[in-house]
Amino acid sequence: MAETMNFDLVSPERRLLQEEVASVQIPGADGDMTAMPNHAPLITTLRPGILTVETAKGETKQFVVTGGFAELGEGLSVLAERALPREEMDQQTYEDLVSEAEEKYRKAKESFENEPGPVDDAAKLLADMVAVGGHIGLSEKQPNL
Amino acid sequence: MPSLKDLKNRISSVKSTRKITKAMQMVAAAKLRRAQDAAEMARPYAERFNAVMASLAASVGDSDSAPRLLRGTGEDKVHLLVVMTAERGLCGGFNANIAKLARQKAASLREQGKEVKILTVGKKGRDALRRDYGDHFIGHVDLSDVKRLSYPDAQRIAQDVLDRFDAGEFDVATIYYSVFENVVSQIPTEKQIIPAHYEKEESGEDGQSSGTLYDYEPSEEEILADLLPRGVATQIFSALLENAASEQGARMSAMDNATRNAGEMIDDLTIEYNRTRQAVITNELIEIISGAEAL
Repeated sequence: MAETMNFDLVSPERRLLQEEVASVQIPGADGDMTAMPNHAPLITTLRPGILTVETAKGETKQFVVTGGFAELGEGLSVLAERALPREEMDQQTYEDLVSEAEEKYRKAKESFENEPGPVDDAAKLLADMVAVGGHIGLSEKQPNL
Repeated sequence: MPSLKDLKNRISSVKSTRKITKAMQMVAAAKLRRAQDAAEMARPYAERFNAVMASLAASVGDSDSAPRLLRGTGEDKVHLLVVMTAERGLCGGFNANIAKLARQKAASLREQGKEVKILTVGKKGRDALRRDYGDHFIGHVDLSDVKRLSYPDAQRIAQDVLDRFDAGEFDVATIYYSVFENVVSQIPTEKQIIPAHYEKEESGEDGQSSGTLYDYEPSEEEILADLLPRGVATQIFSALLENAASEQGARMSAMDNATRNAGEMIDDLTIEYNRTRQAVITNELIEIISGAEAL
């Protein structure tokens, strides 16, 4: 049964993909999930991770996203803070992203010394970011803290 | 009456001015296309984002648990005006119009006894407002090294604004920029970004089919708290892009006018030059003939 739904992947700067898909694996904030046609309406935030799209024609496409959110209604729209096709992700870009997350973590530690909430969030962001490297076969950059 | 030599000099100087304005017009036209494309590409994100925010904001509503970015600080005393203009001049009334709108607003706010703070983005707006409101400036964002506007640029500005909001420096933030209508008209606009207003799009004919009931993961409040700061960045980003397109559009039509004016001036000067030349020849002839007659 080849049910499909409309899928939209947009970042603030451009639209990366818009087509009919069979399923999409989303790195949700509370865990990965796979969105398929006729899924219940849902809005979720994203963590840094890999978004895997299976198109209606059966191809698989992968994108690296760094946060944002996904809206699952009649179709699926993913609004990513930043999104890159996996092929465009190289060691340099990856390391820049990790250092950016590192910076955020350091700042959070400084400004929220006695509130664990934001610091933990930043730490998680950093850990997720580091893990992305492993998933796509780049050498993981270990944050120096 | 100017001499022939003077006229010749003026014609050549106006001609080289025309060359420059013509070149600037063509450069602006090329940049305009790029700026328009960028604005076009950013549109799907902004539209989607606003739609989701509108439904979220509607469901959380004005309850006390709503985040401060949506609800406001509960006061209305200190206003932050973020005035976004260009880094360069020679673009007609573009910068002046935005500055004028901001100045009017600042004046009316002060009349109501509110405090005004100004954050300028782009050199020209800062220059235009410095004389009247120089002591209200709290910061300036320089985008002169930015060749291509990118989302991180907007994020930086947004972060600055948000930090100030968290520090309690202001209650209401408004951005000033120009909406790109077409090449000849750019509309200076103000838009309140904090507390955020998310307009519900006209919901279907029945008036209240305000959409599906969503599940939220994590909770509605957490998502909203995560998205609101992004909303500020998104709005600033689309304002920056609109502004960039408007600037180039304004410059293009200003330079088009300048080129045309220079052309008219050259025609007038050329006619004057030819008349003067003829007059000189006639004069010389009269002198020769009357000289010959005298002999």
